[in-house]
Amino acid sequence: MPEITKLIHKYLRYDKKFPHVWCPGCGIGIMMGAMVRAIDRIGYKKDDIVLVSGIGCSGRLPVYVDFNTLHTTHGRALTFATGIKIAKSHLKVIVVMGDGDATAIGGNHLIHTARRNIDLTAIIVNNNIYGMTGGQVSPTTNYGARTTTTNWGAIEKPFEIADIVTAAGAAFVARGTVYHAKMLDSLLEKAFRKEGFSVVEVISHCHTHYGKLNKMGQAVKMLEWMRDHAIPIEKARNMKEEELKDFFIIGVLADRENTPYHKAYAEMKQRIKEGK
Amino acid sequence: MATKKNPFEFLLQGNEAIVLGALKAGCRFFAGYPITPATEILELFSLRLPQEDGYFIQMEDEIASLGAVLGASLAGLKSMTATSGPGFSLMQEHIGFAVMAEIPCVIVDVMRAGPSTGVPTFPSQGDVMQARWGTHGDHPVIVLCPSSVRECYDLTICAFNFSEKYRVPVILLVDEVVAHMREKVLISPDEDIEIYERKKPSVPPEWYIPYEDDLSGVPAMASFGSGYRYHVTGLTHDIRGFPTTRPDEIGPLIMRLFRKISQNLREIEKAEFYLTDDAEIIVFAYGCVARAAKGAIGEARKKGIKVGMLRPITLWPFIRPFLEKVLMKAEYIIVPEMNMGQLSREVKRVSQGKAKVITLNKVDGTIITQEEIFHEITRIDPCQR
Repeated sequence: MPEITKLIHKYLRYDKKFPHVWCPGCGIGIMMGAMVRAIDRIGYKKDDIVLVSGIGCSGRLPVYVDFNTLHTTHGRALTFATGIKIAKSHLKVIVVMGDGDATAIGGNHLIHTARRNIDLTAIIVNNNIYGMTGGQVSPTTNYGARTTTTNWGAIEKPFEIADIVTAAGAAFVARGTVYHAKMLDSLLEKAFRKEGFSVVEVISHCHTHYGKLNKMGQAVKMLEWMRDHAIPIEKARNMKEEELKDFFIIGVLADRENTPYHKAYAEMKQRIKEGK
Repeated sequence: MATKKNPFEFLLQGNEAIVLGALKAGCRFFAGYPITPATEILELFSLRLPQEDGYFIQMEDEIASLGAVLGASLAGLKSMTATSGPGFSLMQEHIGFAVMAEIPCVIVDVMRAGPSTGVPTFPSQGDVMQARWGTHGDHPVIVLCPSSVRECYDLTICAFNFSEKYRVPVILLVDEVVAHMREKVLISPDEDIEIYERKKPSVPPEWYIPYEDDLSGVPAMASFGSGYRYHVTGLTHDIRGFPTTRPDEIGPLIMRLFRKISQNLREIEKAEFYLTDDAEIIVFAYGCVARAAKGAIGEARKKGIKVGMLRPITLWPFIRPFLEKVLMKAEYIIVPEMNMGQLSREVKRVSQGKAKVITLNKVDGTIITQEEIFHEITRIDPCQR
């Protein structure tokens, strides 16, 4: 049996809820594949994984994978995940969000989860637009881009997700793309293995809305755009800011040691027990 | 906190009694956000839960607080949060999620004068209808309302029992007076109090159907990480928990959510009858107003007026059978409320003109006094009685 078929049989609810809801050519499936490969490589037990999502295209992902899965409210996935992780700290909690989910309605929860350094992995699928609702501007829509709510071009500057969570205290921050699929699963593996709050921003595309409205072509064209505009961090280190202007950096952007919340809590409890 | 005379005798505030009741019920997770007049609950939990092998976290807002509570409950811990009106407004979305995904949890709302920021330190009973209909969509709800410190303790335990038994969010609606008032209460560890734990699946994981209907209407609930992998969503779902848009699956789901409450009304609906046997006038009061009403009734009885009180302990579902019982004799029902008449509409609906319903409403941030209720009782013309 080919490797991929084994993974499908082991990790997907293939006999229950397919076909999926995503458009043909969507990048979320590539990310899901990378996630499953990374999980398989580490060898987590399926019973020990809790996959949490918010609302939007990415929000539908938990339906398809055979873990403990939770599809929460818009923007609040991290709050549910925080409760789960604190209550049962041996569980591996993974949160999948879109850019609108994570940085607009859920922006406050994102920075506070980073600040607390809750031991969970947040995968933020960034396609620069609200796809599920039909292509509205999001906090990561590029300046000047057209969406159904920026008919005259976006006049707001986009968020840099990685910079925000790094500044807020995340233990591990990486950025990948759905074009660089193999690199993506190694980034996800590193994030899963990291103790503390790890964030992987996954640059994806929405050819259905963003591509169409901004004349960027179909899925393949948009993937090629990622190929041509992504610079690995190792290479970027030797480049000037001027040269990097039209590119975005991929790879591990931050990796640091910091006590995760559940360990600090356990230490506090121990201190109380000892009467200190 | 214990007094010198008796180690089980405490001088407690309503808010403190809520915390002790929750711990007694087995609550091991609290997430909250500071807000007057509910903050003492948050503070006392932060002290006690780490000592009790539980978990406390102060979240970034009330939305996050209830989100964390629901996550912890899914992971298997009895969980709760506490807030006041403005925070309660923020929590409504997750109350709906808890209803839909059937996640047990307890939400305390210590009511303060509203709307909006209102008067944080003044009492009110303005959230009665919000507790019923605050979250969108048709949904059943259980709301309990204490009127003494001891009852804060008992009803918190009761709220946990109901939430575990029926897999619903249960709201404890407390007014600021009861939450901040101090009373002597006896709380002994030997007390025989029934504590209910949620039903867990006993079938092998591959047989587990997470939202399967049975006669009780309440499916067994597996905790995350216990070997039963299933899907939880706020979307309408089929019996396996997966999203559905089929009318023949949506309908039965919503009907079951109602049925699990409606077929257990006898257990859920609680009320206190006070001198109602011969009463021609009934005072229908709850929370701190019921305390003033008792005083007023005592005074009126001295004057030979046949007056009693029906006090709803369960505000929602509305205690229709109890009200119908007193309506057999009562000709007048006085409904004093610290709002513009939120529950009096229910009283009128049930009474259907059988008794004359007199409302006494106060929304200036002060309590309804014994004198005011007494005045209302004596205003009813004896010749008409």
